[in-house]
Amino acid sequence: MEHDNLIACHECDTLFKKPQLLGSRSVARCPRCGATLYRSAYRRLDGISAMTLAALFTFLIAQAYPILELDANGITSQTTLFGALVALWNEDMQIVAVMVFCATTLFPLTELVALLYVLIPIRSGYVPAGFNQVLRAIQFVRPWGMIEVFMLGVLITIVKMVSLARVIPEAALFAFGALTLMFAVVVMFDPRTLWDIADELTARRARPTPRTAADSAAAAVGATLTGSASGQPAAPHQG
Amino acid sequence: MKYVTALRAGLVSCHACGRVAPRIRSITPQHCERCGAVLHRRNPDSLMRTWALLLAAALLYIPANLLPVMHTSSLLGSEDDTIMSGVVYFWTSGDWPLAIIVFIASIMVPMLKLSVLVLLTVTAQRRSRWRPMQRTKLYRMVERIGRWSMLDIFVVTLTVALVRFKSIAVITAGPGAIAFGSVVILTMIASMQFDPRLIWDTVEGTDGSAKKKAKPVTGPQDAQGSTQHSQDLKHD
Repeated sequence: MEHDNLIACHECDTLFKKPQLLGSRSVARCPRCGATLYRSAYRRLDGISAMTLAALFTFLIAQAYPILELDANGITSQTTLFGALVALWNEDMQIVAVMVFCATTLFPLTELVALLYVLIPIRSGYVPAGFNQVLRAIQFVRPWGMIEVFMLGVLITIVKMVSLARVIPEAALFAFGALTLMFAVVVMFDPRTLWDIADELTARRARPTPRTAADSAAAAVGATLTGSASGQPAAPHQG
Repeated sequence: MKYVTALRAGLVSCHACGRVAPRIRSITPQHCERCGAVLHRRNPDSLMRTWALLLAAALLYIPANLLPVMHTSSLLGSEDDTIMSGVVYFWTSGDWPLAIIVFIASIMVPMLKLSVLVLLTVTAQRRSRWRPMQRTKLYRMVERIGRWSMLDIFVVTLTVALVRFKSIAVITAGPGAIAFGSVVILTMIASMQFDPRLIWDTVEGTDGSAKKKAKPVTGPQDAQGSTQHSQDLKHD
């Protein structure tokens, strides 16, 4: 399709030819309204996968361990994030509990798991089932994940509590700190680029498939021949 | 500088995957061929929905500020804290950097968001050509800062969970927290519903020669002829 090389600015609808970004950190901006059109992501696929996996483990630590412990003259109280949600729920603050649960647990977890679900198969060269739905789910949950806001909330709570009692930071506090930084990197990745990559993968797959073993062997030889023949001049362009 | 928009070229870009496709009017809910999302030239009923959500948010903003978000009961008696009194508490106890952070996140940001979104919706509705660049920047700012108002809700959540010393002091959440959280969520949805392309649609109308520039990307065509043209492209 001839429209494949076009891109429309999502903020002012101006049409552009899709820029070919070469630098690993280059960004194309709309000259009319200044919105980010496009980021180069091809080379960062490995990095993003690794970061997402690391973020997932950090996320589990952040959820499982207590965040803070208060010590007021020998009486202590500590809480995990989930414990805080249960406390809210039991006080007839179910709406607030659900809001906080979605913003700090459900949506960030969905984003990480969904990203891994699409990134790992794409890296190894095939498009997973339900690819479109999963990518759209990522786009849906992304604005609602608020790990970094929660982290600031924890810090403010610490300062607030210092005057009342001794505040002891626990494991999850540091996990949330690390998770904030990791999410900052993960969110830089625009899932739209995966659609472009998936397009290229399916285009590569679309070549005629062999029927018998002999055919497949012949096709394999042919593929390697054409692959090396076409691969040679293409190599400098890619690198 | 003249620009051609996708709308003028008879094209529509998918809001999910960004793919640009010809607009076909005979198919009423047109789906993106690549990702299956429904294609819209502009967010449907963008202004109407933004208005409805803004109105709801503005109404809830009143109880959010008047009702207590936290209730403290201790040996010294009990007291209710609204969002503003929390800021005042930080200020008087000498934590002024904290007071400023909470003030910005909980009071300035929601107010700024409401007023900026009202400004954007009014100007978009009146098809204003006034400073589109600045208005887009305002929109982008609202999108970016909106989430930070949840700060107070998170602080309340943690405080409630931590301060439960049965005999000495217990802090519980107040109904203000529900209203405040709803304001944040409603304004976030409102800013998502607002379509920034509406800001630029009228601007484009001023330079009538814009479509001549369309040649390098789409070929000469005008808005009326685009249906027929896009049908042709479809068969390619």
